[in-house]
Amino acid sequence: MKKRFRLRPALVLCKRNLIKITRTPEQLIDVTLQPIIFLLLFLFVFGGAIAHGSRHDYLQFLLPGLIGQTIAMSSVSIGQNMNADIAKGVFDRFRSLPIARSVPLVGAVLADFFRYLLLCVILVGFGYALGFRITTSPTLLLAALGISICFALAFAWVSLWVGMTVRTAGAVQGVMFLLIFPLSFGSNAFVQASTMPGWLQAFVNVNPLSHLVSAVRGLLLGGPVGTQIGWTFAWIAGLLVVFFPLALRGYIRRT
Amino acid sequence: MTELAIEATGLAKSFGETKALAGVDLAVRPGSVLAVLGPNGAGKTTAVRILATLLRADAGTARVNGFDVRTQPGKVRESIGLTGQFASVDEDLTGTENLVMIGQLLDLSTRAARQRAAELLAWFDLTEAAGKVAKNYSGGMRRRLDLAASLVGRPQVIFLDEPTTGLDPAKREDMWDVVRSLVGDGSTVLLTTQYLEEADALADEITVMDHGRVIAHDTPNGLKRVVGGQRLTVRPADPARHDDLLGVLRDISGQAPEADGRGTVTVPVDGDDVLPDVVARLRAAGIAVDEFSLHLPSLDEVFFTLTGTRSRDNDEEALV
Repeated sequence: MKKRFRLRPALVLCKRNLIKITRTPEQLIDVTLQPIIFLLLFLFVFGGAIAHGSRHDYLQFLLPGLIGQTIAMSSVSIGQNMNADIAKGVFDRFRSLPIARSVPLVGAVLADFFRYLLLCVILVGFGYALGFRITTSPTLLLAALGISICFALAFAWVSLWVGMTVRTAGAVQGVMFLLIFPLSFGSNAFVQASTMPGWLQAFVNVNPLSHLVSAVRGLLLGGPVGTQIGWTFAWIAGLLVVFFPLALRGYIRRT
Repeated sequence: MTELAIEATGLAKSFGETKALAGVDLAVRPGSVLAVLGPNGAGKTTAVRILATLLRADAGTARVNGFDVRTQPGKVRESIGLTGQFASVDEDLTGTENLVMIGQLLDLSTRAARQRAAELLAWFDLTEAAGKVAKNYSGGMRRRLDLAASLVGRPQVIFLDEPTTGLDPAKREDMWDVVRSLVGDGSTVLLTTQYLEEADALADEITVMDHGRVIAHDTPNGLKRVVGGQRLTVRPADPARHDDLLGVLRDISGQAPEADGRGTVTVPVDGDDVLPDVVARLRAAGIAVDEFSLHLPSLDEVFFTLTGTRSRDNDEEALV
């Protein structure tokens, strides 16, 4: 007999994770300092070479790309934290309670919503200070952040699955970086795909991060976005369908 | 026939090559305390984890509060409280936050969860530390918070896995009082322990386990009849008087004393009636003593009597 999933226990455990973040705020470095450093690095180190001088043009192009890339990077911590957390005794207690098995995982993902929100606000806010301007409307900015966070919450299940599968928290980072570096650099986040060799373009064009970045770019800077939003949501659904059950199975098997 | 609160038949569990349980039967009447006594690696923790639905047995059946642990784990979880060998509280949360969280997960309203948390914190003498993060608790406080957390839902069946290991004697007595009052309230308790003294103080019945098997099951008195009652341990101040001491103790108990090679001599006695006599004889013989104590047999002595071999700790199994 399985216990049905209910939202309240998941919210209770979401609150637990948020309390833990307030007790050790350095957990937020990957959604605060890290995106700022990436923005400065790409803009001032590579920007001149990539954009042939116009730093402002490159900032306009770069910022939506960085939203995609830093979201992928920040997903590492949920798998890492869960991998370390689950070894602690408190998970024995959760398992001995009459709550659905998925509750601790869903609670962790819900808490991550706030991390991603913070990441988006910081990236757009800091970009704005450097001269980034949206050319559409505030409503479309919210839509862009919404689709980014939806994608992030789906991608988090990949990290959770890795976290439930590999043995140590350090290994989670290793495996996730193996996945994230090709995904984020083999995309249109930093340079136009048209500058790449054909075989790489083929990869870039199916890469979920490319779809996300194109959708966000369109929403912030104008241009047709319908197809890219459609592909992004298709990827979100695909990630959830595949990695939610995998992560859950990994959690249940882990004793 | 009254239904048992805990009933396990033929439980078996292996981890790779290691047989943690090799066919274990357990039975606990409602409202009673069963102590499962055994060294590290005997399979005690594995048995508790199976009964608490954290692990699946390879073979055998178990019912807790009338529900099958395999087919009705949700019902079992609604009936039980579990206190692990390693305190299972969230170290980053305060005492109150820990207990309120458990209450909310058990579907109490936030208000009721707060009230229950305050009640339990007061009972376990943690009110002052309620706002402190559990990381900063002492070992004893952490154990108490852990036990409090397992009682939030007023469970009918409570599993205590070595609840006093690592506690100093005064804290151990406090924990015993808690267990007694739980039983007084009608709960059924299964506790695991490495101390015969603890089992004797708390349990209605004792199951002795070794290497994944039950090697004895009896009441405390029955078990003591088998392994012998109290032991008198004496160490002479002057090691040269060792043999004289042996003679005195042999005369009094009528049994051969056991010397441990470190100058200490132990002999079974029938009760504390013999003490004045022993003291008088030692004084008459002019033997001064450094140590003089009356105690129940240690786990090692119990195992020696039951199995004829010294118990061997198997620490690598204990953590499974």
